[in-house]
Amino acid sequence: MDFRVATSKRLSGDGGPLGGSIVADTGSRLSLYETAPNVEVSLEEFEQFALDRLRVLKGIEEVRARRKRLEELDTVVIDLWRKHMRTPNAADLNKKDVVSHFVLRLAYCRTEELRRWFLAMESALFRHRFRCESSDSQRKLMDDYKLPFKAISVAEFEVLKDKLGQVCRSLNQPLPTADSAYYKVPFEEVPDLVANRKILLGGGHAFVPREQLALLVVGQFRTRLSKALVLTNRKWTSVCAEDEKDRLAPIVESLSTRYLGADYTQPDSKRDISSKDLDNLAKTSFPLCMHHLFKKLREDHHLRHGGRQQLGLFLKGIGLKLEDALAFWKNEFSHKIGPDKFDKEYAYNVRHNYGKEGKKTDYTPYSCVRIIMSTPGVGDHHGCPYRHFSEENLRATLGTLRLSTPAVAEVLEKVRSHHYQLACATAFEAIHGSPSEGINHPNQYFDQSQKLLQSVKSSEVSAAN
Amino acid sequence: MTRELHEPMDEDPSSGEARKTEDSYLNDNQQAHFPEEFSPDFLKLYYGRLFPFDEMHKWLSYGHDGKHPGCDSTFFSRREFSFTLEHDIYVRYLSFRDVPEMETAFRDKCPHKIDIGSIYNVDPAKRMAYAHGAGDSVFSPVEKELVFDVDMTDYDDMRTCCSGADICSKCWPLMTITIKVLDTALREDFGFQHILWVYSGRRGVHCWVCDSRARRLSNEQRCSVADYFHVYKGNQNNNKKVTLSGAALHPSLSRAYTDVLKPYFEEQILPNQSLLSSEEHYEKILQMIPDDAITSQMRDRWQGTRRSSSSNEEVNLTRWRQLRQALELSKKNQMLRRSVEEIIFAHTYPRLDLEVSKHMNHLLKSPFCIHPKTGRVCVPIDPDDCDNFDPSTVPTLSQLLNELNNSKSNVKGSSKKVSKDWERTSLAKSICFFRTSFLEPLLRSCKLEIEAHHQGKIQELAGRPTLNW
Repeated sequence: MDFRVATSKRLSGDGGPLGGSIVADTGSRLSLYETAPNVEVSLEEFEQFALDRLRVLKGIEEVRARRKRLEELDTVVIDLWRKHMRTPNAADLNKKDVVSHFVLRLAYCRTEELRRWFLAMESALFRHRFRCESSDSQRKLMDDYKLPFKAISVAEFEVLKDKLGQVCRSLNQPLPTADSAYYKVPFEEVPDLVANRKILLGGGHAFVPREQLALLVVGQFRTRLSKALVLTNRKWTSVCAEDEKDRLAPIVESLSTRYLGADYTQPDSKRDISSKDLDNLAKTSFPLCMHHLFKKLREDHHLRHGGRQQLGLFLKGIGLKLEDALAFWKNEFSHKIGPDKFDKEYAYNVRHNYGKEGKKTDYTPYSCVRIIMSTPGVGDHHGCPYRHFSEENLRATLGTLRLSTPAVAEVLEKVRSHHYQLACATAFEAIHGSPSEGINHPNQYFDQSQKLLQSVKSSEVSAAN
Repeated sequence: MTRELHEPMDEDPSSGEARKTEDSYLNDNQQAHFPEEFSPDFLKLYYGRLFPFDEMHKWLSYGHDGKHPGCDSTFFSRREFSFTLEHDIYVRYLSFRDVPEMETAFRDKCPHKIDIGSIYNVDPAKRMAYAHGAGDSVFSPVEKELVFDVDMTDYDDMRTCCSGADICSKCWPLMTITIKVLDTALREDFGFQHILWVYSGRRGVHCWVCDSRARRLSNEQRCSVADYFHVYKGNQNNNKKVTLSGAALHPSLSRAYTDVLKPYFEEQILPNQSLLSSEEHYEKILQMIPDDAITSQMRDRWQGTRRSSSSNEEVNLTRWRQLRQALELSKKNQMLRRSVEEIIFAHTYPRLDLEVSKHMNHLLKSPFCIHPKTGRVCVPIDPDDCDNFDPSTVPTLSQLLNELNNSKSNVKGSSKKVSKDWERTSLAKSICFFRTSFLEPLLRSCKLEIEAHHQGKIQELAGRPTLNW
């Protein structure tokens, strides 16, 4: 395939990481992204298209956590799509769609975790977009990609009508009518429906009603994308990464860790946090990662570098001023090493984090993604507890936060499916009694928590009056 | 102490002298008699003279016999076998290149049990070279038959005729039902054609689905097929072992019910297992009914009312009729109609060992093995004639050896050669059935597939650009 980026240097020739040959215009608005497009894009478009699509995918992640019904999710996803994937020319819509997908493939093919996330979000996106297409458009898509799903003819329907009706009645569903469309697919394509006896089987074919069709097509999409991602990874690392290390590689690498929300570098000046407030705040509004670090600091009077960075920057983000921070850390560390040693070895670091030393960069508190991807070692307490703790350890820790047993079970289930931020959001909901708006950053957790607690307080005050 | 099987005696009167071995049990004109039990020495003779190596090899080669350019010569050697040797020593990842290698291994090691596993991407004996590979070069299963295993002990909660390892003519029909239900569903619903049913040697049956479509199923797909048959969900914690909700039964279930379950239940299982004749028995059934009015009504009728003149069979049938009527005519609760079906399903629908079917790398006992506890051969069962299958007439190891020894080859002057020893024993029937009903149709189908696949490859190659000189 040719995926040319301006400067007329080819990204890759035939059999490059994105594979395939020149794509045909399918006419359908949806694509299965079988082959990379034969287009030219500028470096800016390369990055911007991908970022816009990433906003859509992250938006999908957040909204799925709230477990709405399928139909509600359809509208939300379509709105997200329209908002971020607009182009000045309608003719470029398809180009942006396809290009952004393939750029994100490069970004998300490199590890099992990234691939899993990308596969889940892209499958969800595809599913909702497919559901909202007309049945003609759906049929065209299936024909174009030669999916093994054939609508049964009227004659076939007549022959099978009674049995199909019987299946419907066994599921307490309405009977099929003359307009009901059924698709004949190999039984291997629909393991869930077979396992639960939800469809009629005959001669190795499953007869699937149109309502289930989206599931089938998404299944195909998922399988193909899954295989493609593995291939992309192989080819990118072996063929392109070296060539592109000054041009595309930095963009691609940053995409998978890009945090897209507020960065909390400049904390909310209205808030006045002093070090004595911290104990209370830790109990009520710190996310589990920071709560754990804080607790360990109080217990051991020490934290290793990774923990000092993670907690220290977080505290800066919630509004702890430099003088208060220095006092806080000094107070803690002095129990173990004495104030002089703290001044000599650790104070510099605190000032550095606040941008008062060295190149004077005002460091940004770490986002969830960054924390999840860190690698705490022996003796470290930083990282994301949902990711880095063992299950028993996590269960015990959640117990000390006084989460109910069903809540703990729900959190653990999210952890097992590797949805660490969703696990944190579930814990937030259990502790605060209200759902969060999605957790992408520890400071976001803190802000949301504080907002909820303030509104409870103010409503109590007004009720008392 | 070795017991040699005698070579058939030369009946040429002019020779006068028959060859004898030292420890011969044979006297002239006396029939040989081997004791009934299974013994490792008998096994040696079995694998030496009777086990159908050629047929097994043909089956497991699936047409890759080297006679067609499209054949894969590594196919048979990538199949895993495992042996259970004396003293329960278990050896896995065995493989054989051809019949001679297979024969040598079986005869030298004399395994008490032989299991067949999957076909791997490389010869299992060479797997260590791939054990630590990344990406493509790992050792992994590629194909395996879809298999099912049904064991009579899974019905122990309802068997009143025997329990544990015993079986009899009263409970064997449960296996007959399983074969009929599963065989029909596998053919009609799933479209499979090459299905081999095998007696497990003691108290159950195995099913091997050998279509290439079945062999290529993933673990997820195998799970889904196993779950399709998962209707009986009993364990010690529930009273209701089968729940049939919905206004109608799924066509697969209603077909099983009408054609097999109901008739067998009413004609055989109910009377044979005396399901309603005593309080201890009928309480179990009453517990499955969610209507106290009806259950107490039945209790009142049945407690101590049994007429001594009625046979056991009559009592069961009468009480069943009473119960059915009460349930079917209940005005209070429409769903009680379902109770009748649920009771029948709970007592007859196949109870599979799901784990056996779900994983590609599960090994299953080979057909034509000898069961160490019974000495019986694991012979194929004809699903179209399974009503007449009687496990007590399945040939045993010692029986076969007796037959072999007693059949003298009346070769004198005849040019007809009996090529295989098993042809002179009761095993002949089973092996011929295996050949004609299963092996030959399977191989015909395999040949067509190999040919088609080969043609496809040729066309693909032809489509590629050639070098221009």
